[in-house]
Amino acid sequence: MELTLRDALRDAMAEEMLRDKSVFLMGEDVSQYEGAYKVTRNLLKEFGPKRVIDTPISEHGFAGVAVGAAFMGLRPIVEFMTFNFAMQAIDHIVNSAAKTLYMSGGQITCPIVFRGPNGAAARVGAQHSQCFASWYAHCPGLKVIAPYDAMSSKALLKAAIRDNNPVVFLENELIYGKKGEVLEDQDYIMEIGKAAVLKEGKDVTIVGFSRMLDVAQAAINEVEKQGVSCELIDLRTIRPLDFATIKQSIQKTNRLLVVEESWPFAGIASEIIAQAVEHCFDYLDAEPVRITGKDIPLPYAKNLEAMALVSVEDVKRGIYKLLNRPA
Amino acid sequence: MKNINYKDIYKQMLLLRRFEERAGKLYKMNEIAGFCHLYIGQEAIVCGIRALIDSTKDILITTYRDHGHMLALGMDPKGVMAELTGRIGGVSKGKGGSMHMFSKEKGFMGGHGIVGATAPLGTGIAFAQKYNETGGISISFMGDGAMNQGQVFESFNLASLWELPVLYVIEDNGYAIGTAKGRCCAGGELYNRAEPFGIPGRIADGMDVDSVIEIAQWGIDYVRKNCKPAVIQLSTYRFRGHSMSDATKIYRTKEEEEYMIQNRDCLKILQQKIQLSDSVIDQYEEEIKKIVDAAEEFALSSPEPDASELYTDVYSA
Ligand SMILES: Cc1ncc(C[n+]2csc(CCOP(=O)(O)OP(=O)(O)O)c2C)c(N)n1
Ligand SMILES: [Mg+2]
Repeated sequence: MELTLRDALRDAMAEEMLRDKSVFLMGEDVSQYEGAYKVTRNLLKEFGPKRVIDTPISEHGFAGVAVGAAFMGLRPIVEFMTFNFAMQAIDHIVNSAAKTLYMSGGQITCPIVFRGPNGAAARVGAQHSQCFASWYAHCPGLKVIAPYDAMSSKALLKAAIRDNNPVVFLENELIYGKKGEVLEDQDYIMEIGKAAVLKEGKDVTIVGFSRMLDVAQAAINEVEKQGVSCELIDLRTIRPLDFATIKQSIQKTNRLLVVEESWPFAGIASEIIAQAVEHCFDYLDAEPVRITGKDIPLPYAKNLEAMALVSVEDVKRGIYKLLNRPA
Repeated sequence: MKNINYKDIYKQMLLLRRFEERAGKLYKMNEIAGFCHLYIGQEAIVCGIRALIDSTKDILITTYRDHGHMLALGMDPKGVMAELTGRIGGVSKGKGGSMHMFSKEKGFMGGHGIVGATAPLGTGIAFAQKYNETGGISISFMGDGAMNQGQVFESFNLASLWELPVLYVIEDNGYAIGTAKGRCCAGGELYNRAEPFGIPGRIADGMDVDSVIEIAQWGIDYVRKNCKPAVIQLSTYRFRGHSMSDATKIYRTKEEEEYMIQNRDCLKILQQKIQLSDSVIDQYEEEIKKIVDAAEEFALSSPEPDASELYTDVYSA
């Protein structure tokens, strides 16, 4: 069945709520309004106000309430209108949700999903355009997922809801409408922590997640015309990182490029390249390259915004640099 | 109204006092490290409240000043002391420390080091109790300083809006580390801050177990009957520093401390009220000394956690 990513996410929540009464959803405008980005369509009608709950604009407070409920064994899904606003809740995500299992010597679990759009949308300026993948991926105790297509969105969100750990589930507004084939099997879930090779190739390994894979794909299509063959890896899960899949690819191509929407400093690309240097040094024929957003708050002006974000040209330039050949 | 056994309460308060004194001693001997916030002076609050709760379904959550709450709930003093010394026999296998202990079995949800965090977490516990229709209530403790955290007000709004069975308990010891209440809290008494959210509140003397019991009974009944939040504020005093490293003389006078310890000690007040004889007290002291000795002995003999514990309990299966 073909579904948009938005509906795939919706179906994942609906199916899991049907399956398990301890699953409930809370967030700003998730019930009557059906979500700022319409991801929660019909859920109020299907499950009623006890389980589909509108919150006040109190990210710090309602994230803490949801974590408290999860300590008691409920399975909250917390929708952040966007992850930009989750910075107000980050204390409960990190200090309360991620650390309590360890601090309690394994007694208290926190089965909770924090989900919502992450990363730059279009022309909304610096405060509404940030990718937080590296912030959360930094933290032991959290799992971090950032799906790219409809099937993995559904299958990984279902897995996240069933997982007994706090999961940060990073969606992307710009690809909510993207369609893809989705299995109808309600019991199909994908394993968290597994990357996927979206396309096989032999010259360069390109690693990315979420919307950056669109950009990478476009660059790959262009360089292919020049006879360059790229392997494209969709991380899907950022923590725990499936480095084995990346390593296998590096051993084949001997060249690594990582694309990341966020800033370069201490990012996911930095981490993957560090691991590549640590674990695959002898296989690398060229210095790994990271293509990231520029190191600035995102500007509003159309031309500046385009320059600040990762472009197809940026990725192409990176590929040619790796191959040491002129574009 | 539950039948109140004041002798039992006295004995429990005495256990908390002697346990904390021993923890302080072990700290000075370098057997306990890091932050260690003693509950000495405030015992009447948790012991009074403990006498009223339904331990089969009510849940407590508190701050880093948590040793007393755990003992009052009946957690094993050995496990608590061994957590303070960072040993495998500790409540959290030595991985949590003074501020981070939990017991599902005894209805204790921590032990939290972030000021103000217990307000929404405690509200979330109440959310789960209502969702699961357990009939239990959540009792969420915080200090006077915590009342200046935005998340406390967010919690008041959420708890009132969603009609959650949570009793917020403000343990007002007058200081947030070195900042006196008057230097950080504007407006009137702290319990009034819940009123604009439609949450009733009351204030009482936290040094007098009777008044703790009276106000807590009101709060617990209100919350349980109406399935709505309430606030109680209990005025108290910590006889020691904020934590073991704190020199109180910077922010409060010796005279003030001495006055409080002489005249406002909850143990003395209760002892006079119920006219406990010296021989009974001696007998309690003896029993408690055995318990505390055993806790110390266990906390010093339990081994440190094995290196294999380093990477366990990060993720749940
Ligand atoms: C968010 C946060 N800020 C600062 C601290 C450091 N801190 C620990 S306890 C404390 C004072 C809290 O006072 P109060 O709430 O009155 O509780 P009390 O220690 O008196 O029991 C501070 C500032 C902290 N733990 N968390
Ligand atoms: Mg205080």
